[in-house]
Amino acid sequence: MTRSTIELAPSVEDHRIARHAAAAIVLTVAEAAIPLPLPGVKPGLANIVTLIVLARWGWREAVWVALLRVFAGSLLLGQFLAPGFFLSLSGAIASLVVLGLAVHLPRRWFGPVSHSILAAFAHIGAQLVVARLWLVPHDGVFYLTPVFAAAAVVFGLVNGLVAARLLAELAAAERAAALPRA
Amino acid sequence: MTLGAWLHLIRPGDVLVALAGLGVCAQAVLLLWQGGAPDGVVVRAGGKVFAELDLSRRRIVEVPGPLGLTRIEIEPGRARVAADPGPRQYCVRQGWLSRAGAVAICAPNQVSLTLTGRGADYDALNY
Repeated sequence: MTRSTIELAPSVEDHRIARHAAAAIVLTVAEAAIPLPLPGVKPGLANIVTLIVLARWGWREAVWVALLRVFAGSLLLGQFLAPGFFLSLSGAIASLVVLGLAVHLPRRWFGPVSHSILAAFAHIGAQLVVARLWLVPHDGVFYLTPVFAAAAVVFGLVNGLVAARLLAELAAAERAAALPRA
Repeated sequence: MTLGAWLHLIRPGDVLVALAGLGVCAQAVLLLWQGGAPDGVVVRAGGKVFAELDLSRRRIVEVPGPLGLTRIEIEPGRARVAADPGPRQYCVRQGWLSRAGAVAICAPNQVSLTLTGRGADYDALNY
């Protein structure tokens, strides 16, 4: 009998995506424990990881990390295929599309903070549209838009600042590691 | 880490994006949360429009009816029936009206006071 095995050799890139996705999933699960005043208003801490991956490794890896986070996070929280899952999936897809465009903005002028705020707006925009079309077919869902928009600015700013700082520290650490030892 | 160090992470375009975001918030508030604000009043007497006024300044309108004069008081953003010769005084006791679509009807004297505006609670009232 011949032994038939299928070998999947994970590349360096695969390992990196898995590591980042794991970090994002941890943040998603931790965030689920925070009580929130309104459904839909949450910090979205996992997006910090997406922003860092976007800045360091590019849009393709950011898409992998964000979507893995949505699927695995919802499985862990028992939300898979529940309405909340489709809301976060639509938000994630919309913000990834916007991030794909936003990375082409001049780097000198627009940093992770811009990316974060723009992505946060894409996130709530897509969620509101999905909620209006599917979950609550009434214009009443738009009543809370100002609250969601304010949350997008605040959390977008905070997440963007955290991402920018972590990126700066990672860059500093890399510079230090690259220095020739005396 | 000091505040200055955090500010150092913000690039000029980021400020623009954040301001644009706040602008979207303000627009959304104006668009979605001002629905109940009235922009004018319509006074009817005997089924006919007696006066159409805006709510920008204080004034008093006296409307003649079969029983006598109904006195309507208008202030910025609100209006009320201040005095009416009717026997039960329902329209007077309604007090200040401040939402678009609100109505005070003094049926005995055939006078009504309606606040107009976008997002009124009623399209029409029939009585």
